[in-house]
Amino acid sequence: MLHATLKQLSDGLATGKFSSAEVTKYFINRINNLNNSLNSFISLDADKSLAQARAADALRAAGKAQTLTGVPLAQKDIFCAQGWLTTCGSKMLSNFVSPYDAHVIERFNAAGAVNLGKTNMDEFAMGSSNETSFYGPVRNPWDRERVPGGSSGGSAAAVAARLAPAATGTDTGGSIRQPAALTGICGLKPTYGLVSRYGMIAFASSLDQGGPMARTAEDLGLMLNVMAGFDARDSTSLQRTPEDYGRNLAQPLAGLRIGLPKEFFAAGASADVIKAIEGAVAEYKKLGCEIVDVSLPNMALSVPVYYVLAPAEASSNLSRFDGVRYGYRAKDYGNLAEMYEKTRAEGFGAEVKRRILIGAYVLSHGYYDAYYLRAQKLRRLIAQDFVEAFKQCDVIMGPTTPSTAFKIGEKSGDPVQMYLSDIYTIAVNLAGLPGMSIPCGFDSNGLPVGLQIIGDYFSEARMLNVAHQYQLATDWHTQAPKNIREAAS
Amino acid sequence: MALTLDDVKRVAHLARIAISDDEAQATQTQLAGIFKLIGEMEAVDVSAITPMSHAQDVVQRLREDAVTEPNLREQFQAIAPQVESGLYLVPRVIE
Repeated sequence: MLHATLKQLSDGLATGKFSSAEVTKYFINRINNLNNSLNSFISLDADKSLAQARAADALRAAGKAQTLTGVPLAQKDIFCAQGWLTTCGSKMLSNFVSPYDAHVIERFNAAGAVNLGKTNMDEFAMGSSNETSFYGPVRNPWDRERVPGGSSGGSAAAVAARLAPAATGTDTGGSIRQPAALTGICGLKPTYGLVSRYGMIAFASSLDQGGPMARTAEDLGLMLNVMAGFDARDSTSLQRTPEDYGRNLAQPLAGLRIGLPKEFFAAGASADVIKAIEGAVAEYKKLGCEIVDVSLPNMALSVPVYYVLAPAEASSNLSRFDGVRYGYRAKDYGNLAEMYEKTRAEGFGAEVKRRILIGAYVLSHGYYDAYYLRAQKLRRLIAQDFVEAFKQCDVIMGPTTPSTAFKIGEKSGDPVQMYLSDIYTIAVNLAGLPGMSIPCGFDSNGLPVGLQIIGDYFSEARMLNVAHQYQLATDWHTQAPKNIREAAS
Repeated sequence: MALTLDDVKRVAHLARIAISDDEAQATQTQLAGIFKLIGEMEAVDVSAITPMSHAQDVVQRLREDAVTEPNLREQFQAIAPQVESGLYLVPRVIE
């Protein structure tokens, strides 16, 4: 069961090989034995998880099981789940037991999936290393001195260490793809608007998008089938005919045009990363794909543009945390203004405060045109680059990150260095396109490298096909960290 | 457009975040580095470009003006820092 995929667990449950209660207990045991060394979960509630598992077994006995009925999944602590502590990695929400379910949680509940627990994350999803969490850093299962990436670092580490067969994440500037790459798993950020943001605690609303993290492309499809879909409570949710994202998995890739943007291979990426990506491209050529040189000339602007737009939206979204209706409230205050100011000074961590201040500044009187409006104009240029590139190719490929997992503490003192670790992922969010990361090799230290696959709008089924065919031909995605076996099995 | 210490304090006030002089000083140094990165945006002439505020070109949906949400005041107030008689309590604002 250790290395079982969602698909294998789903099949095993369907044929009665094991029950959901057995599978759920197995993973709860692994979490109990291994989570201390990884810190990938913030909240666990074995009673709740097992109650869901037994309900799933009853559903199956009644002949009402769906594909994910009884399968245990870890949920990023950004998704509100009724009766569960939902902290978003922040002291501000350290006492927040959600009174309602996020749309994504509702969908998994309706599908009969089991919630294994809530995973650690950078505070309010602001970070690329999981070091900004109020609950402490998550450790990378491949090397516990290193970060798992962020902000969905807890989900990534849990899936890589086989503490959960799959997990949810959210991606505002790379927060699914970057941790997936750094921990050797698969992650998909869908087209903006496909997965409802209702009950997903907001960071930058025009960029935030929930998505699946798992060990195979096939599993990502199974999860996306549940997560995607129209929701009237999210004003940006798209009304589209439901689709089976796994329908194209078996399609051969002959004739597929893969665009390689020259900007992804210029200075910046480490030699080991480039070597692994070139290996993956060679494999795709063997599968009959055609390689096309493309260009995304404005990609370098995506980081500065993002660090205007995302903080601006965050400063507005996070103004709701004032200590009045829920969450943390400062102990001592003389008047209302002081209550707000102390609550926010004490409740938010340094990175969150930094971004709120950036946002408040770029939106303040006299600076709007120079920063916010200019960034919105450049956002169009960046999105337009992709439109041009997709005239020449079907998918775009390149590295997910410029380097493999870095050491805990290595970049935490220098925000700009940390921000630049998302250089290859941010443009995709600005354009609203789907992007994914799959494992494609290791560096000289044995740390995983991620291949990024970027598709045109709504091409998730095709992208999963592209990833699945690669995974049929290679075994990078089946590699596991060495020291995850001390748990009782 | 370098940020001054007064800018940092003004913005912290706008954002309702208490900040000490030492914190303001440290923040100023870090924000200077970030705004240097942001300054790279100035290299491009943007005069002829239409701003893009959203990834999808969609219009806001309309719906019937009907009640859709149930009253959940008790559940919501159960997690509030301070409530009394169904009201959220905050320090007095009108003397």
